[in-house]
Amino acid sequence: MKLVDKDISEQRAQYFKSMNYMDYLVPIMSVLAGLIVGAIFMLIIGADPIEAYKVLWNSSFGSMRGFGEMVVNAIPLIFTGLAVAFGFRIGLFNIGGDGQFLVSYIAAAYIGYIIQLPMYIHLPFALLAGILAAGIWGGFAGYLKATLGVHEVITTIMMNYIALYLVGYLANGPLKADGPLPATPKIYETARLPRFVPTMRIHYGIFLALGAAVLIYWLLFKTTFGYEIRATGQNADAAEFGGINVARNMMLAMFISGALAGLAGTSQALGMEYRAYQPFGFIGYGFTGIAVALVGKSHPLGVVLAALLFGVLNRGAMMMQSMVGVPKEVVEIIQAIIIIFVASEYIFKYLYRKWQERKGGLVNAD
Amino acid sequence: MLTNLGALLSTTLRMATPLILASLGGMFSERSGVINIALEGIMLIGAFTAMVGSYYFSPWTGVLLAIIVGMLVALVHAIASISFRADQIVSATAINIFATGITGFLLRLVFGEAGQSPSVQDVGTWTIPIINKIPFLKTVLGNQIPFVYIALILVAVSYWVLFKTPFGLRIRSVGEHPAAADSVGINVIKMRYIAVIMSGFFAGLAGASLSIGLLDLFVKNMSSGRGFIALAAMIFGKWTPHGAMLAALLFGFADALQMLGQTLGLTFIPRQFLLMAPYIVTILALAGVVGRSTPPAADGEPYIKEEV
Repeated sequence: MKLVDKDISEQRAQYFKSMNYMDYLVPIMSVLAGLIVGAIFMLIIGADPIEAYKVLWNSSFGSMRGFGEMVVNAIPLIFTGLAVAFGFRIGLFNIGGDGQFLVSYIAAAYIGYIIQLPMYIHLPFALLAGILAAGIWGGFAGYLKATLGVHEVITTIMMNYIALYLVGYLANGPLKADGPLPATPKIYETARLPRFVPTMRIHYGIFLALGAAVLIYWLLFKTTFGYEIRATGQNADAAEFGGINVARNMMLAMFISGALAGLAGTSQALGMEYRAYQPFGFIGYGFTGIAVALVGKSHPLGVVLAALLFGVLNRGAMMMQSMVGVPKEVVEIIQAIIIIFVASEYIFKYLYRKWQERKGGLVNAD
Repeated sequence: MLTNLGALLSTTLRMATPLILASLGGMFSERSGVINIALEGIMLIGAFTAMVGSYYFSPWTGVLLAIIVGMLVALVHAIASISFRADQIVSATAINIFATGITGFLLRLVFGEAGQSPSVQDVGTWTIPIINKIPFLKTVLGNQIPFVYIALILVAVSYWVLFKTPFGLRIRSVGEHPAAADSVGINVIKMRYIAVIMSGFFAGLAGASLSIGLLDLFVKNMSSGRGFIALAAMIFGKWTPHGAMLAALLFGFADALQMLGQTLGLTFIPRQFLLMAPYIVTILALAGVVGRSTPPAADGEPYIKEEV
């Protein structure tokens, strides 16, 4: 008997060790797979993949300016990636990042130009406006889910389009500045996220993004609320049975998730464009956020790293097009391949098990 | 006034057609228990393929190719979400991103263009003999793009297939209670594969209706959210062919209103509000304000056969 017990516990330990190891391995293998498929597409059009990937690397790490631009690309993705990851943790799919981005974008810009205040009040006020607008936008989907069981994916998709047309109406209607631009007036200096160097676009939003990542880590892993979120995500029925208020937590989680995605829009308005333009479609930060959360395994640190990776890819897309003639769409293909591989981690687990079986021989002979 | 109304309804039908087709696809997939938000991407790929087919061969070859390629892309979604048990929404999201990338890439590669393809031959219009003589009705239905008629016929066919045939019963049963279906000998995995591939058929056709039906060229990202609207139509229509068609017509009507708003003297309503309306109505429908919509019970859940 004793021997058997030891066997089982050892097997289990082995299993968990391999799972843990897969947690790191799957994203890395997926990224490699994406880059290889990208290289195949480059070969098809007769471009040199090695040369192209050199350009990709240098466009972000070859100069200070390039590095700054890469970070500028990564900032919104850290926010939307955290938003999706936080939703995943409670078992909700926030696909509405793009809508939440837009409502907070216009809300922050509105506070930025409508009043004049000292910076230490004005900037936090504008940030808060963006956070609240997007939080409510996302929280509404959480409310419908918690009270009526409406699938949050469908609601958030619908809310994306409502936001697109609403913000389009506002920016080119009631909130439009005088002049030909379909945009709000410029925001005051006091509401702007400062830049490190006047000549570069990289701004203090990066501190907000990293701060948000730390905050979410603390919230998820060091507080009772975070424990409840994760418990609900593992098994909502068991959590409910264990005395956790699932409905309330879902609403709260969607509020926080929406607010996080909103910070991407807020930092776009307050750190980059200094006004809100009429949108003609989605920029897609919300959708890329899904990829970022998946590659980052829904862990705040993973999300930051994945956002930087996607920042490098997006930054390099234009450079590869202009310098080596690789269409910038190749980067979209690479991203899609990465997502499909990360999503199908079952493939890797299956292959891994097969490989173990072959190696182990008799161990798994049952 | 009557001419205006005729034009409005005719535009409504035309704008609703891609939505009707795609929502039928979504319906088959979800009835079998697989959420397919990849409709958007499949439509885009279908639109591109149809344009290429028309450019090199003929418009109807283009339609056929769009259907075939649509089914192949749907097969990828089926493999990922049914066999590899990937999250259905994630797998579809990957397909949507891939669709944007690959069509943009090929547009550059084949035609050396970034924004839109050269103009190709479209499928033209069909004139319906008797209806063509009836006043008013002839403006609405007498002379339309073929896809309009195809879509209306497919609604009827889909209704028959889903509710009047053993095959339809099987699809519905694997979406409602896969374990029970399995226990009476229905192959759950096979049925789901068939249903998802069928959704590719419809979404591919919907894509063709965009590029060589409504227009005569491919524009980058031309599906522009129609796959998602089709999904909304399907939900609003409570996962039934006729319901989805009516919902799609409502969405098409909102679209037609904003397109013809100028001529109809509707300028007092901002066009964004007209565009927004269908989405608000869908949320209200989901929330039970306008008749409750309940999805198939096993929608979105992978089926894992219990080991014996």
